[in-house]
Amino acid sequence: MVQLLVDVSGQRGRFEYRWQVETPVDGVVGVFGPNGAGKTSLLRAIAGLDRSTRGRVSLGGQIWLDSAAGIEVPTHRRGVGYVFQDGRLLPHLGVRGNLQYASRRAPAERGWFEDVVSGLDLEPLMSRDVHDLSGGERQRVAIARALLSRPALLLMDEPLSANDLSRRRALLPYLRRIANEFRIPTLYVSHSLDEMVALTEAMLICREGQVVAQGPTAELAQRSDLREVSDIPEAGAALSAQVVAIDRQTALAELNVGQHRFSVPSRGLTEGDEVRLQIHARDVAIALDPPSRLSIRNVLPAEVVNIDDPGFGTYADVVLDIEGAQLRSRVTRAAIMTLPLTVGQPCFALVKAASIEEHPAFDLH
Amino acid sequence: MSSDWEAVALTAQLAAVTTLLLLLIGSPVAWWLARSKHPMKPLVEAVVALPLVLPPTVLGFYLLVFLNPDSVLGSLWLQLTDETLTFSFAGLVVASLVYSLPFMVQPLQTAFAAIGDDFLEAAATMRASPVDRFFSLVLPLTRRGYLAAATLTFAHTVGEFGVVLMIGGNIPGETRVLSIAIFEHVEMVNYPAAHSLSLGLLLFSFVVLAVVYGLNRRPVAGIR
Repeated sequence: MVQLLVDVSGQRGRFEYRWQVETPVDGVVGVFGPNGAGKTSLLRAIAGLDRSTRGRVSLGGQIWLDSAAGIEVPTHRRGVGYVFQDGRLLPHLGVRGNLQYASRRAPAERGWFEDVVSGLDLEPLMSRDVHDLSGGERQRVAIARALLSRPALLLMDEPLSANDLSRRRALLPYLRRIANEFRIPTLYVSHSLDEMVALTEAMLICREGQVVAQGPTAELAQRSDLREVSDIPEAGAALSAQVVAIDRQTALAELNVGQHRFSVPSRGLTEGDEVRLQIHARDVAIALDPPSRLSIRNVLPAEVVNIDDPGFGTYADVVLDIEGAQLRSRVTRAAIMTLPLTVGQPCFALVKAASIEEHPAFDLH
Repeated sequence: MSSDWEAVALTAQLAAVTTLLLLLIGSPVAWWLARSKHPMKPLVEAVVALPLVLPPTVLGFYLLVFLNPDSVLGSLWLQLTDETLTFSFAGLVVASLVYSLPFMVQPLQTAFAAIGDDFLEAAATMRASPVDRFFSLVLPLTRRGYLAAATLTFAHTVGEFGVVLMIGGNIPGETRVLSIAIFEHVEMVNYPAAHSLSLGLLLFSFVVLAVVYGLNRRPVAGIR
């Protein structure tokens, strides 16, 4: 764990930023915000890629920028790894050449190269030309290259954004795996809440060149006031769960979430897997009486702990406590009035099985 | 005829020395022009391009003024080497550097500008220093630009006439380059000799240009 301190201002094109960030970086810290929030300018300031940045940047005890004291450590001596949105693989070198470009200039450590290559399943690609790679392959090489430079801080700027949805799903497990396996302090920029929930423990929420909130991802992902701030399209809850049983007949997996059981499609899961469930508010319905003869598999006794009513519009979010964990349910404001729902009210949360998204947990080998 | 071969050898030597020196001088100048947003940049660009538009006699005249033994540069050179800069091989090299500068700088500037910042930034995040980046990234990506710049510089120096006449005269083995030798043959109405040298130069230039354009056509790995 290292302490990151950023207090910089500057201009990039016509965009002005004033970043004030002070956070421990333990594992992966998300930098979350809508497109146009200037998240990239934060990473570039930390990496020292824009000479016009003024202020202070330090990591651990190392000062990278202190304009007042006339200190500006150039990028190549900061020891930052950077995964760019567009990969930026060096075009005159093949896959192996790109990886070696990084590893030759990095402090040596036995086995690191092999671990990274196998961690990202790059063996079959090693002799390929970078122009012949698919988008997903290119990003895997770019990530490996950044890891091979053995950075003190890894900066990832929407590494999945150039990929379509199915490729993203294929890449996410790799990102989880490297986060767990290589334990490099990482800032991960994205505008996707799904990625935040799947990859990060803590996050910074950004808007218009500033950090407007920071804290544990599980907490922030629930806050409806940040939804509009961050264009979070789907508020929801993130829950840790463990696979306790697989039913091959019905292709369903039984998960333990706290004291509750969830069933989700078993595809890709094996018994004992640690997974994170993401449950979107729009996929949770509320019943006041125990429902019967219902197609929904997951019905949990719950209690209303809060009602997030924006005071206008059609919908409001109801926060439900399911003994330890919290869920969100998006219902119409009319339903809240007519049921009616009040804080403290016992009820049942109905979660559609199909709405639970599991991200394959990484496997130690 | 042996004096003609001497002229050929001298010309080749002059062109080779000039090209090598201009590779060293032209690279940083072109790099600066391709990357800088300095307000002085247009002025520097204009100075570099001047030899393209000035009559060689004007260039030669000013070089004569600045390099003659009474000038600061000329007298310094005389003290250091016991030779004058005017009417010597060294003077021809200096003149050629000025005369051929745009032929080195302009193709390199175009090539450098085409790389963009993206790859340089990526290399910097992999701990590559600026010098390292130049040799490991810029040079391989601008091979074609370098080839074109060096070839054009060499060929252009071979074809130099007016400036040489003004500053070098016609000293066999020292300043009597090909174009001067041809001029002399024509003056003496020795057309067969003028023919053979001219045809040689013509063929040489044609082959060089054909090779350059041929290489430019072939896609080089690494250029997007």
